[in-house]
Amino acid sequence: MTTGSVTGKLFVDPVKEMGRAVLFLFTALSRMRFGKTQFLETMRQVYFMGVRSLVIIMISGFFVGLVLTLQLYDTLSRFGATEALGTALALSLFRELGPVLTVILFAGRAGTSVTAEIGLMKATEQLDALDLMAIDPMERIVQPRLLAGILAVPALVLVFNVMALLGGVVFSVFMMGIDGPSFWGNIQATVALGRDFMGGMFKAAVFGFLASWLAVYFGWSSKPTGEGVALATTQTVITTAIAVLLTDFILSAFML
Amino acid sequence: MNDNKNNNRIELRGVTVQLGDRVVLEGMDLAVPEGKVTAVMGPSGSGKTTVLKAITGQVPISAGEIRVGDVFVNQLSARKLNDMRRNIGMLLQNGALFTDLTSFDNVALPLREHTRLPETLIRKVVLTKLHAVGLRGAAELYPRELSGGMNRRIALARALALDPNIMLYDEPFTGLDPISMGAAVRLIRQINDVLGITSVVVTHDVTEVPRFADYCYIISDRKVVAQGTPAELENIDDGVVHQFIQGLPDGPVPFHYPAPDYTRDLLERH
Repeated sequence: MTTGSVTGKLFVDPVKEMGRAVLFLFTALSRMRFGKTQFLETMRQVYFMGVRSLVIIMISGFFVGLVLTLQLYDTLSRFGATEALGTALALSLFRELGPVLTVILFAGRAGTSVTAEIGLMKATEQLDALDLMAIDPMERIVQPRLLAGILAVPALVLVFNVMALLGGVVFSVFMMGIDGPSFWGNIQATVALGRDFMGGMFKAAVFGFLASWLAVYFGWSSKPTGEGVALATTQTVITTAIAVLLTDFILSAFML
Repeated sequence: MNDNKNNNRIELRGVTVQLGDRVVLEGMDLAVPEGKVTAVMGPSGSGKTTVLKAITGQVPISAGEIRVGDVFVNQLSARKLNDMRRNIGMLLQNGALFTDLTSFDNVALPLREHTRLPETLIRKVVLTKLHAVGLRGAAELYPRELSGGMNRRIALARALALDPNIMLYDEPFTGLDPISMGAAVRLIRQINDVLGITSVVVTHDVTEVPRFADYCYIISDRKVVAQGTPAELENIDDGVVHQFIQGLPDGPVPFHYPAPDYTRDLLERH
């Protein structure tokens, strides 16, 4: 390969892909319609993408809470500051770990299945069939999944945070004997509802949008073969993870 | 275009379709008479399916014009195109049923989308359509629980749901056993005659064509190479047509993919 083609592979191709993804998004947004069918289909997708991700989110949340508290407890006790444990746990969860970890799990659980579903619909001509029935697949297939991601991820983040706090309480209060009321009291006194909690929820909505956008885009643009769909699901997970971490930094920089 | 007083329901004039660098159809003229079953035949990869996709406006044409009834497909806005598509039923190659919906809901989908019929009436319409294809008993089954042939019949019922006046079939016989094949042939003919609609059937199944088609086109290498009634085609003295109708492996359409000389390839490499 020449230097030119290597540069092309490394820089030009991703930029092209990004352009296509943005064009796809604009097309999808411009063809949105809001009616009863769209509402019902979106709710159905919230169930498929959100409710069905609950188990993995709850289990992961609980263990993240446990291990995070363990590490924080160890660190804070070196400074004799274990009373700050609840605050440190809640802040890191609400602001960063909750949204980021949830959406990466979400991309693995729901994003991949959306990509594979749309890719297979394309391969089996189901998208063509919709077109031929004068039903716009953008509005019937893409729109509900896009909206469902924005609705489901913040809700999942909430569940993740609750489970992680629970894990934190189990470790610190029940195992390490830290005073329960002061653990909760410190959280209440220091965590700001607007900046810390709602800020995290805002991030969650943005990440949810990113995850569902990339999932539908890669499904939509996949080659209609087994290999093409397999590649597309991989791309969904990888690209979502990178996009989320990058966006997270930008959002955090502006929000702090 | 009401001054268009010929009896053709669909007309392609000088249609060229180019996908990327590949020319799929070139200057194609094709007419589908009103109320008749027209077969479009040709070897695989000759552009048969593209003809259907051009008629429904799924692929853009780079030259020529396509008339369907009173409208020219290539000049339609997105909304007008959808209006036209509502009057066309198309059976895709493998049925393309929605796998997350039952047979009943598959057939009901276009009705729920495009009509304001109450659910009780929709139920009656759907059951009528399913009965017509002999699968009323399979209404509550999912596509994965049905055979390929049955899937295609459900898809046919779905295509007929809105009572289209044109039916397009893309390879309706591929992979069917003789019984399903017979049923499919009869259904196509019956639907056309009983409902008084116009049908286009894309197929490479030469032997079945005389059983349902009124008129045939043979496409090869991006163009129409022969046309006529099934009986007329038998007697056409053209290399490609002869090869195709007789099912000869080699002839004007070569058996071998273009390759360097065989002997040289064997001897000289390595």
